[in-house]
Amino acid sequence: MNADLLKDATAATLLAQLNAGEVRSEELVRGYLDRADALKRLNVFVHLDPDHVLDQARAVDARRAAGEPVGPLAGVPVAIKDVLCVEKEPTTCGSRMLKDFRPPYDATAIVKLREAGAILFGKTNMDEFAMGSSTENSAYGPTLNPWDEERIPGGSSGGSAAAVAADLAPLSLGTDTGGSIRQPAAVCGLVGLKPTYGRVSRYGLIAFASSLDQIGPFAHDLADAALLLRVISGRDERDATSVDRPVPDYVATLDRKPESLRIGVAREFFGEGLDPEVEAAVREAIRVYEKAGATIKDVSLPNSKYGVPAYYIVAPAECSSNLSRYDGTIFGHRAEDWSPKYPGEDALHPLVRMMMASRAEGFGAEVKRRIMLGTFCLSAGYADQYYNQALKVRRLIRNDFDAAFQDVDVILGPTSPSPAFKLGERTADPLAMYLSDIYTITANLAGIPGLSLPCGLTKSNLPIGLQLLAPAFAEENLLRTARVFERATDWHTKRPAIGA
Amino acid sequence: MSLSTEEVAKVAVLARLRLSPEELQTFTGQLNAIVDYVAQLQEPDTTGVEPLAHGVEVRNVFRDDVRGEALPREAALANAPKRNAESFLVPAVLD
Repeated sequence: MNADLLKDATAATLLAQLNAGEVRSEELVRGYLDRADALKRLNVFVHLDPDHVLDQARAVDARRAAGEPVGPLAGVPVAIKDVLCVEKEPTTCGSRMLKDFRPPYDATAIVKLREAGAILFGKTNMDEFAMGSSTENSAYGPTLNPWDEERIPGGSSGGSAAAVAADLAPLSLGTDTGGSIRQPAAVCGLVGLKPTYGRVSRYGLIAFASSLDQIGPFAHDLADAALLLRVISGRDERDATSVDRPVPDYVATLDRKPESLRIGVAREFFGEGLDPEVEAAVREAIRVYEKAGATIKDVSLPNSKYGVPAYYIVAPAECSSNLSRYDGTIFGHRAEDWSPKYPGEDALHPLVRMMMASRAEGFGAEVKRRIMLGTFCLSAGYADQYYNQALKVRRLIRNDFDAAFQDVDVILGPTSPSPAFKLGERTADPLAMYLSDIYTITANLAGIPGLSLPCGLTKSNLPIGLQLLAPAFAEENLLRTARVFERATDWHTKRPAIGA
Repeated sequence: MSLSTEEVAKVAVLARLRLSPEELQTFTGQLNAIVDYVAQLQEPDTTGVEPLAHGVEVRNVFRDDVRGEALPREAALANAPKRNAESFLVPAVLD
């Protein structure tokens, strides 16, 4: 195995070598498996079966050698967040509840990856049921940030971000409910894209908050992200919320300069709590765009300050409903003993106690907290005051974006208010953790696409992310606008100096 | 508003979560902090504002009512915590 093969690799460079016959997928995958073995301490994968990975690679190599048509990702490893169902493979969702769960079917995004010839390269660690911003809420221990192993890789898709950042796979899939792709991409120095709600099928994505969840790519650069987005996008009859619109060839148009380059800067994204080094890097990005001929306009999103509170009603409400399926009966963890333990329990039916004990053992603290919050917000007497009011404010947040996009094509700001924070720094204070997503959460509430791309490094060598938001289904223009910045800078070429 | 431990204990039963007395104390404090924080949602004027349940609103998605493939019984039962050859087993529901 040529050790230089993986160095600075992207999916595009690897595909060129695979298609030219310079390397076989099996060779490539062995290189990544060796690296995964050497970097086990990062705790990126919750499941990685070398035999299974090698079988897939050999199959693709055989098709290529026989001159058969192969897909756009043929032979390229893609790491998968453990929230996506892969048939008969462990799919834990970062939870003890699903420790032994093996789904009976593939998620649609997984089917599409297989059709594209991708190698499914392991399942990556995540905050339990995608609830968190640091990957510390995993039942399988935290994942370490490859740029600084004392720091978090972001979350909830922290394993998928760390996988690409540490060159354990050139691409990965994550999911984004309130920032869970964009924030880890920012703090791991990657491109991460949350598509428009409905762009990618959610079939086989283990539901957290169904009106907010979307699957999206992590990559080193925009070309790779565009390639993976194109593969997973499209209408799926198994997800009634997936939208029937043509999927543009994001790769082919990436280098075309946008017809219109009006960039909005929302003052609400530069408020209290923004790290000065992050702010400086984002301000510098505005200058880069100015030099490239963009028109910069101030825009206002006055209701964005209600994004975090609205989200912490809507998402827990949906999660309390979605996670009611884990009750110890059909699948998932069942407690061994459900005899009465605490005061008042002897009045409960044994079946109820079985469910309560199973859920108490299967779920971690953050998941319980959100189920409790959601159940409360939906309970009789409170639903109007909390849930319905949050949905009205959600409309106001969407209206702000609609108004702003009358004047600009893209809205720019920081992805995360700070670079990667230290492990343990925010675990004791749920609200402090929730504020990690202050700039990303409104895009989920409004359903619009958002992208984070590298735009700097702090003095202590931690990545900084630039967020770009666009109107619904404007992914093509979003990528092209981001590409204007990427062409003018070299931040996307920076990789952590990580010793294997 | 302020939630009492009794109210939180009631929510826990609705949510089918067994909480230890320590968890009940912790969650009562944390839930109150979060409920206080989200109280700011009452500030904006939402008179006449329609609730927005989905960012991208899709309505009336129909399909033909045709029989499709169903999950084979063995696949459906494969992840059961307790089962026999043809069904899921749970504690007796009727006394």
